[in-house]
Amino acid sequence: MTDTPQTAAAPQGLSRRALGQGLFAAAAALYTAALAWPIFRYLKSGTQGADEGPQVNEVNLGAEKDYLPGSGKLFLFGSKPALILRRKDGHFVALFATCTHLGCTVKFAQDQDRITCACHGGVYDPDTGRNIGGPPPAPLKPLVVSTDGGAVVVRRA
Amino acid sequence: MSVHAWLDERIGLADFMSFLRKKEVPDHRHAVWYFFGGMTLFFFMMQVLTGLLLIVYYQPGSDSSYGSVQRITSQIEFGWLIRSVHSWSANLMLLSAFFHMFSVFFMKAYRAPRELTWWSGMGLLGLGMGFGFSGYLLPWDQLAYFATKIGLDVMEKSPFIGKELATMLRGGADVGVITLQRFYALHAAVLPVLFMPLLLLHLWLVQKHGNAAPPSVTEKKSVPFFPTFFYKDLMVWFLCLNLLALLASLWPWDLGPQADKLAAAPDGIHPEWYFMSQFQLLKFIPGKVGPVDGELLGMGLFGAGGVLWALVPLWDRGSRGRLVNLVGLGAVIVLLVLTIWGYAGVAGKG
Repeated sequence: MTDTPQTAAAPQGLSRRALGQGLFAAAAALYTAALAWPIFRYLKSGTQGADEGPQVNEVNLGAEKDYLPGSGKLFLFGSKPALILRRKDGHFVALFATCTHLGCTVKFAQDQDRITCACHGGVYDPDTGRNIGGPPPAPLKPLVVSTDGGAVVVRRA
Repeated sequence: MSVHAWLDERIGLADFMSFLRKKEVPDHRHAVWYFFGGMTLFFFMMQVLTGLLLIVYYQPGSDSSYGSVQRITSQIEFGWLIRSVHSWSANLMLLSAFFHMFSVFFMKAYRAPRELTWWSGMGLLGLGMGFGFSGYLLPWDQLAYFATKIGLDVMEKSPFIGKELATMLRGGADVGVITLQRFYALHAAVLPVLFMPLLLLHLWLVQKHGNAAPPSVTEKKSVPFFPTFFYKDLMVWFLCLNLLALLASLWPWDLGPQADKLAAAPDGIHPEWYFMSQFQLLKFIPGKVGPVDGELLGMGLFGAGGVLWALVPLWDRGSRGRLVNLVGLGAVIVLLVLTIWGYAGVAGKG
């Protein structure tokens, strides 16, 4: 390795050198892309649809008589947790149970007759799902309940 | 302040560069063999990269292993390519490691003060073959199942600890889901933990003692490691990358039918090429040689040969060059003949 030929033909040598460096950088960029693209697609392809599952529009939760007034329990609406509550007057309320603050699953606190989130102390109203305390910024998303022929059926709102 | 100056102030970049410039690599007509160590390292790095990617989707288990490899190969985008690169690179890594080992042997580069470099290299080769053996089972297809079964049966016949070791690896008397779990743990956790520090020791020793020129080279010429040898090394890596991409995409690795304990061993079943010579030796040694069990004798011979080979820095202290060359040549011929013979024996059977 010696610098003599380059110094001898300085102006031409410099531009040739610049061309060489440019080509090298372009080839390096192409190779990096050719390596990175398959890796990116590989890691991405497994995640598509993994959390959604099949679209669910309706869930049958069994006989109406099995739900005591003033009680509540969690169930899965598709892949999402949801709450079914039977109020003291006998009517049903169903809400998605994902806290609107940071996504924890909320629970029905029967002794306080409130929906609470253990993660950061969010509080919701069990009749409407409205956020009434703590950090949650929005109400819980509602579901529609019907009791056709003694069976409790929950549908999307 | 430039990035270079900022880094220099914190980690002493200039010292490092001047170290690289001062470092010299011998230059002679056998110098081409020096590239094989670097090539082995390159293929190992490809193994780490693709192995980490495969772990993302691989699920060990009697049903999930096969299913997840099938999913990687047929559903995950570029999964076939990642898996194919992993298999091809494994073979190329061992192939270049063998070239590296034989070139070091013939160049007598194991002589003082490089005995530990030789032994750490032998250790790395052993662990590398362990990677190959343990990884082969993980797809849990028919070939993987029987190759592992035979491999462990052979190990069982080895003198002294063979039986214990085989039972421990298998996790019982038969190859099954416990074996699969153990091999996965070996392949993806135990062997890497053992391999990495040994590799670092090996590379550090290579740095410390530099490359050895063979005794036949009397004229002491050399080139600077940086930039001359470094760029050549980089160019070789670049060629390796292209070769790997070609092989992996033109001949993607196959996945056979799922392992089935009730099925008979497929015709022409044989181990990977790097175990072929042992396999062939066991095939042609008769069941009983005098009072001695044939397989025990075969494994004993192979083991003794391996020990003699590894101990070469002790029996060649600089005056037995001719003997070393003869032993090396003998080893190459025996391994080649057994391997080719082995392949001829299974050709057309599967």
